[in-house]
Amino acid sequence: MTGRINSIQTLGTVDGPGVRFVLFMQGCPLRCAYCHNPDTWDFSGGSEASATEIFEKVKRYRDYFGEEGGVTVSGGEPTMQADFVRELFELCKNEGIHTALDTSGCLWNDKIEKLLSVTDLCLLDYKMTNGADYLRYTKCEKVAVDKFLSELEARNIDTWLRQVIVRGINDNAESVKYLYDVADRHSCVKKVELLKFRKLCAPKYENLGIEFPFGNIEPTSDSDIKRLLEAVNK
Amino acid sequence: MKFEQWNGFCGNEWQDDINVRRFIRDNYTPYTGDHSFLVGPTERTEKLMDKFNELLRLEAERGGVLDIDTVTVSSINNYAPGYLDKENELIVGLQTDAPLRRGVNPFGGIRMVRSACEAYGYKLSDEVENEFKYRTTHNEGVFRVYTDEMRKARHIGIMTGLPDAYGRGRIIGDYRRVALYGADALIEHKKADKARVGENLMTADNIRLCEELSQQISFLGKMVVLAQSYGYDITKPAKNAREAIQWTYFAYLSAIKEQNGAAMSMGRVSTFFDIYIERDIRNGVLDETGAQELIDDFVMKLRMARHLRTPEYNELFGGDPMWITESLGGMSHSGTTLVTKTTFRVLNTLYNLGPAPEPNLTVLWSEHLPEGFKKFCAKVSIDTDSIQYENDDIMRVNYGDDYGIACCVSAMKIGKQMQFFGARCNLPKLLLLALNGGYDTVSGMKIGPQIEPYGSDKFDYDAVCNRFHIYLEWLSRLYVNTMNVIHYMHDKYAYEKIQMALHDTDVERLMAFGVAGLSVITDSFSAMKYADVKPIRDENGYIVDFETKGDFPKFGNDDDRVDSIAKNVLADVIGELRKTPTYKNAIHTLSVLTITSNVVYGKKTGATPDGRKAGEPFAPGANPMHNRECCGALASLNSVAKIPYDYCRDGISNTFSIVPDALGSDEETRVANLAGILDGYFKKHAHHININVLNRQKLIDAYNNPDLYPNLTIRVSGYAVNFHRLSREQQKEVISRTFHEVL
Repeated sequence: MTGRINSIQTLGTVDGPGVRFVLFMQGCPLRCAYCHNPDTWDFSGGSEASATEIFEKVKRYRDYFGEEGGVTVSGGEPTMQADFVRELFELCKNEGIHTALDTSGCLWNDKIEKLLSVTDLCLLDYKMTNGADYLRYTKCEKVAVDKFLSELEARNIDTWLRQVIVRGINDNAESVKYLYDVADRHSCVKKVELLKFRKLCAPKYENLGIEFPFGNIEPTSDSDIKRLLEAVNK
Repeated sequence: MKFEQWNGFCGNEWQDDINVRRFIRDNYTPYTGDHSFLVGPTERTEKLMDKFNELLRLEAERGGVLDIDTVTVSSINNYAPGYLDKENELIVGLQTDAPLRRGVNPFGGIRMVRSACEAYGYKLSDEVENEFKYRTTHNEGVFRVYTDEMRKARHIGIMTGLPDAYGRGRIIGDYRRVALYGADALIEHKKADKARVGENLMTADNIRLCEELSQQISFLGKMVVLAQSYGYDITKPAKNAREAIQWTYFAYLSAIKEQNGAAMSMGRVSTFFDIYIERDIRNGVLDETGAQELIDDFVMKLRMARHLRTPEYNELFGGDPMWITESLGGMSHSGTTLVTKTTFRVLNTLYNLGPAPEPNLTVLWSEHLPEGFKKFCAKVSIDTDSIQYENDDIMRVNYGDDYGIACCVSAMKIGKQMQFFGARCNLPKLLLLALNGGYDTVSGMKIGPQIEPYGSDKFDYDAVCNRFHIYLEWLSRLYVNTMNVIHYMHDKYAYEKIQMALHDTDVERLMAFGVAGLSVITDSFSAMKYADVKPIRDENGYIVDFETKGDFPKFGNDDDRVDSIAKNVLADVIGELRKTPTYKNAIHTLSVLTITSNVVYGKKTGATPDGRKAGEPFAPGANPMHNRECCGALASLNSVAKIPYDYCRDGISNTFSIVPDALGSDEETRVANLAGILDGYFKKHAHHININVLNRQKLIDAYNNPDLYPNLTIRVSGYAVNFHRLSREQQKEVISRTFHEVL
């Protein structure tokens, strides 16, 4: 079966453990104000490729994966093409390659349920800790991601909770504490990652002629993250 | 042989004959732990470094050369002993009578020396000028024989950087032999060899060999006198670690006093030293601090080595390099690692003395290396950008487990093989020459087979390939012939007496050819095959530019359609070179390595079908062209890894720059991931990689504010340089290269 692909990053080291082959899917229903990949939004963009074609490429990088690495499917929203991702993950699992799904968790259906059965790790982007901000900055309901997390918990799938920290939006101890509390309540969550808001993507917005909603906010620094972690004693 | 200095060592084989490899095998202690045992610099070391750093500052202030002795011709015993700090140095010996003062060595060519002196505000003394009126230099010998075609090919830059006006280098003496056996035993061996050769028919070859052996014996004697001048007797073996390092260093020092070779590499001494250090520690006469101090002092001496070169030379080989390459680690044939604690100690000098380009620390990587060592190497790379990696698993098969790297990527069995260095030819320029039927549009000169320029407005791929092959046949023959002339004359007029004295008499020779512009010619062929390329001609009908429409597969994206073109070109080149016999029956080898000459080569080459503009630099070595990679770092590595080492036994250089964040979010992750990347790359049978972990912004800052970054060290092409020692053009080119980032 074929999927719509945005791009491939053969050296991924920030989306899951170890050295990873990262596949960016094309198409996303969300419109996050800090989105790093606005070029992945349009469902008709990108190019088509079959799961076996992509898998043939993955195999070329096996030697780099070591014990921890593997494949991460990101996007876009990979669960929008759950059947394709499932087929790719099945191929990987048959060869003993670790699979990670990088999702917003904003969707839930039978296809996604099947996809989770071949997912080793879920990188769950828990975008905002309060419902109003979630809706405002992503155009989606926060309840969806909570539901997704409970499904991960029910299946005992290793999960990393991730959140992009943006100055003046969610860079406060209260919000970060909330995130860690969510993590504590779910035994499937193995790690919490606070990610820096970055602006390397600004030219992408310009090329696409789309306004970058957070274009005027300064990128998050290492010390911002350090301060937040200290504030919640992590 | 039997010496009391050998007490505590095991094995007999190495005592019966000269066999350093066997000595190492019988006596070394593999180390599989981590770096936690290492210690920092002592107060003494720091004081010496302060002194040295002050001299470095002065040297930079004076335009890159601190001082030149224009009167004395450099050789083993022509200078009084020199010191950095006589009372406090543990390892002694300088090239001239003062630190960083450069000597003149006109045996390779006097013009080079003359213009180098002038470039730095000195004048070569009348004494030396007069003396060399009555002497033939290597350079003069070569030009007596060069044909018109050779001169022309050199002039238009289709072959560049040939060692016809300077010392060829790339010969590694087995300097360890002096420490293990002492000079007397080595002299006795050479005398016996000479007597044996003399029993044969006195053919031209044997007469030459006898004369060479006689020179070798004489220069071993001079080496003994050099050591005496510093108060040491090296006629007998070294009795402890300090002496082992000192004896070895005297041997190396003799070589760099006697020869101004382009690359004067060290070989593989760390594990050898470790045996002496371990014995001293066992005997209770040395501790870790003392061991590290000896290594720090030794490395400091290597960092003080200098040769006098012209600015033009620096265009090709930027940054004033000596290529004091020390090969570290690797595995033995029996499957144990050759990593010892001293391998770690040598890497630790990058912390104790600070990052620096010399010695050119080269890790021989195997997937079987101990994890602790792999991680420490990755850490050192991330912290210092000062080391390179080469694939021990593919080299060991060809060169055994006691080989070293000369210069950047040239492997050879230490003391058993030597190389005739041959710089490189310009492949993209050859393609343009072929398309224009033997007319070089840059110089306006005709050279090579004269045929009609390519006539059609569309490129027929097969027709272009055939045309290219005709010119490759022509160039290959010319290239080998030119090299034969050069090395005949180098042997005749600038023979490496002391280095060859530290080789077996029955030495195997390699003749190392090279290519530049591999990714440019590969992408050019790919464009002609897969895109719509139209030639643009000048008024005389010569192709001077190309209009390229549509996309085409580009080298560096792990795309077999184009990567196979690179492979085929190289198979073709080495195949053609092998058709012409070499001087002294050397084995033809090939490298894909440019040093920093990729900038000059680009300058001398017109626009190419891949879309590269006239004069634009090539990518260095086997690197994909800058910013044509679109699938990330590993795809780029995979493309380079596909180039078979069997075609390029003289090495395939790849320089890789990555921003720290792209390796992971914290130090521990970065170290593990970099070690993983190296494992993966070398499992794909790749040969070499330089690792830089830094942000482009840092280089731009250093470009704009050189004073703020006096010690910024980066890997360029098989070696490391101080960034500020590169020309502005070379700096710009380094900045323009692909930096793999987080997407």
